[in-house]
Amino acid sequence: MATKETSGTTSPPIVELSGVGKSYGNIRALHGVDLTVSPGQVSCVLGDNGAGKSTLIKIISGLHQHSEGEFRIDGEPVRLGSPRDALDRGIATVYQDLATVPLMPVWRNFFLGSELTRGRWPLRRLDIALMKKTADEELRNMGIVLDDLEQPIGSLSGGQRQSVAIARAVHFGARVLILDEPTAALGVKQSGVVLKYIAAARERGLGVIFITHNPHHAYMVGDHFTVLRLGTLELSAARAEVGLEELTHHMAGGAELAALKHELAQVRGVDTDELPSASLGAQ
Amino acid sequence: MTMTQQAASAADAQSAPVPPSTDGRTAQRSPARRLLARPEVGVAVGAIAVFLFFFAVAPTFRQADSMATVLYQASTIGIMALPVALLMIGGEFDLSAGVGVVSSALTASMISYQLTQDVWVGVVVALVFSLAVGAFNGYLLVKTGLPSFLVTLGTFLMLQGLNLAVTKLITGNVATDSISDMNGFNQAKAVFSSDITIAGVSVKITVLWWLVFAALATWVLLRTKYGNWVFAVGGNKESARAVGVPVTFTKITLFMAVGFGAWFVGMHQLFAFDTVQSGEGVGNELLYIAAAVIGGCLLTGGYGSAIGTVIGAFMFGMVTQGIVYADWNPDWFKLFLGVMLLGATLINLWIRRQATRK
Ligand SMILES: Nc1ncnc2c1ncn2[C@@H]1O[C@H](COP(=O)(O)OP(=O)(O)O)[C@@H](O)[C@H]1O
Ligand SMILES: [Mg+2]
Repeated sequence: MATKETSGTTSPPIVELSGVGKSYGNIRALHGVDLTVSPGQVSCVLGDNGAGKSTLIKIISGLHQHSEGEFRIDGEPVRLGSPRDALDRGIATVYQDLATVPLMPVWRNFFLGSELTRGRWPLRRLDIALMKKTADEELRNMGIVLDDLEQPIGSLSGGQRQSVAIARAVHFGARVLILDEPTAALGVKQSGVVLKYIAAARERGLGVIFITHNPHHAYMVGDHFTVLRLGTLELSAARAEVGLEELTHHMAGGAELAALKHELAQVRGVDTDELPSASLGAQ
Repeated sequence: MTMTQQAASAADAQSAPVPPSTDGRTAQRSPARRLLARPEVGVAVGAIAVFLFFFAVAPTFRQADSMATVLYQASTIGIMALPVALLMIGGEFDLSAGVGVVSSALTASMISYQLTQDVWVGVVVALVFSLAVGAFNGYLLVKTGLPSFLVTLGTFLMLQGLNLAVTKLITGNVATDSISDMNGFNQAKAVFSSDITIAGVSVKITVLWWLVFAALATWVLLRTKYGNWVFAVGGNKESARAVGVPVTFTKITLFMAVGFGAWFVGMHQLFAFDTVQSGEGVGNELLYIAAAVIGGCLLTGGYGSAIGTVIGAFMFGMVTQGIVYADWNPDWFKLFLGVMLLGATLINLWIRRQATRK
C-alpha cells in the first residue's frame, strides 16, 4: 500500500499560506509567512523559541484564525473555526503535550472523538472488539507493536505516545499531519522512533508539517525547510537548495551567533575555539 | 440488567487480544496487576473489612432487615453519588448538590401546593428547575473558565439562601405544608418512596432505583461514546478538544445529570415525609463527593467507576447503621467516615502506583 512519492512531483498542494500573519492584541506574533504542503512531502518549520512556530500551526489546525494574508486548502480560501473543521478537511495535528489522555487505554485514545459504535440509538454502544482490532492493525501498519492495548497510554514512553497519535491521525484519513515539536522532550533513541513514523506517514502519501528547533532532526526527514525568526520568514528552501550547515546557520541566526561567540570569548573559562563554527544551538 | 452482568461485561473489556509479538519495551502486565488497575478494587476490599467488622461486633447487623436499612441509607447517598462521580471523572465538582436536593423538593412541594392540586405538576416543574440549575453551573463554568469549586460554591450559597427565604415568604414557616392529600400523591409515592418485599424482607424502592441508575451509569461510562468523552474531558481537556470531543456539551450535560440526581432524591424526600425542611441538605454534597472518592474516583478527574461509587455509598450506609446497631454513640460517625475516606484514598493511591508501574 505504501506508494513512494518523491518530492517535486506535480501533485497540487493541499495547504497553502501566503502572506499569513497573526496578532495577539498588539503583539504581532506572525507576519508575511508563506508555506506550501503537498502530498508525500515533509515540510519542516524551524525557529527559536518564540519565533512563531506554534502560532503558525495553530492557524492551520483551526485553534486560531489568521488576521492577515490568505490560507487556502485545495485552492479554496478558508478560515477554520475549530480543530474539528480542520479535521473534517483532513488536517490532523499531534501536539507535543496534548496528544493523548494519559489514564485512558491505548485503544480508547486511538478512537477518541471518532468512536465506532453499533446498534440503534437507545442501545447504541461502542464496538469495542472492532476498535481494538483496528487500532492494533493500524499500529502494526506503522510498525508500532504494543503488547497490550488496554494499558493506560500514559504508561508508554514519550516516543511511543507520539507514534500512536501519528498512527491515529493516519487512520482517520488525515491528508496533512502537523507535528508540534514531537522530538523536543525525547532522548536520541525515542526521537529516532518518531522520525521513523514521520517517514512512514510520508510513504503513505501524507503531507507532513514538522515543527522543530533541531535542524539535525529536520534535515533527516525534510523535503522543504522554512525558518521563522521573530515571526517572519528567514528562509524558505527546498532540500536541494540548502545544506545542513546553512540550515543550522540560519536557525541560529548567523550574525548573532558571531556576536555571541565574541561575548563568550570575554568570559573566562569558555573556550570558544572548541565551539563548532556554525552549529551552536543545535544538539 | 443486573450488577453481576455489568461486572462480567466490564471484566470482558479487560481481555484484550494479545498480539503475538512484542517490541520488547513494554512488559506484559500480569493478570493480578490488571485487576488492581480497576478503580473499584480498593473500595471492595475496604467494604468487606467494614462488613466483617460490624458483623462481628453488632449482632443486630446480621439480620436481613438491618441490611435493608443499611441499603436504604446507602441508596439516599448513593443515587446522588453516581452523577457526582461521573462529574468528578469529568474533572469537576458540584458543591451545590446537597442543597440542590432540597431546592428541588421545595420547588415541587410549593408549586403543587400553591398553584395546582396535582403533585405531578410540581414534580415536572422541579425536574426542569434542577436540570436548569445544572445547566447554569455547567454553562457558567465553560464560559468563564473559573474552577467548578468557585462556580458551584456560588450556586450553593444562592440556593441555600433561596431555600430559606422563599419558603419563609410563601409558607410563613421553615417547612412546607403537607401535600399528602393532593391528587397523584399516592402514585408519586409509589414511584419515589414505596416499600417492596423481596424474599420476605421489606426494602425501600430507592434501593432498586439506585442499582438501576448504577447499571445505567456503568453502561454509559464503559460502553458509549459519551462515557469515553467523560473520561477524556476529565483526563485531559485540551487533548480531548483537539481530537474533536465536544467538551462544552460533555461538561454541561454532566452538571445536568447531577441536577437530575438532585431532583430524584428530592422527590424521594418529599414523598417520604410529605413536607420539606428548608434548611436541610447542607453538607451532604461532601458526603456524595466522599462516596465517589472512597469508591476510587480520582479527585483530579479522568479516572473512576460507577460500581466503585456504589460500594463507597454502601460502606457509608454500613458505618451509619453499624454504629447504631453496635449501640455506640452516633457522634462517632463522622470520625469513622473521615478515617474511611483517608484510608480509601491511601489504598487507591497505592493501588494506582502498582497498576501503572512500568
Ligand atoms: N495566546 C497568546 N497571546 C499573546 N501572545 C502570544 C500568544 N501565543 C503566543 N504569543 C506570542 O507570540 C510569539 C510567538 O509564540 P509561539 O508561536 O508560541 O512561538 P514558538 O512556538 O515558535 O516558540 C511569542 O512572542 C509569544 O509570546
Ligand atoms: Mg511552540
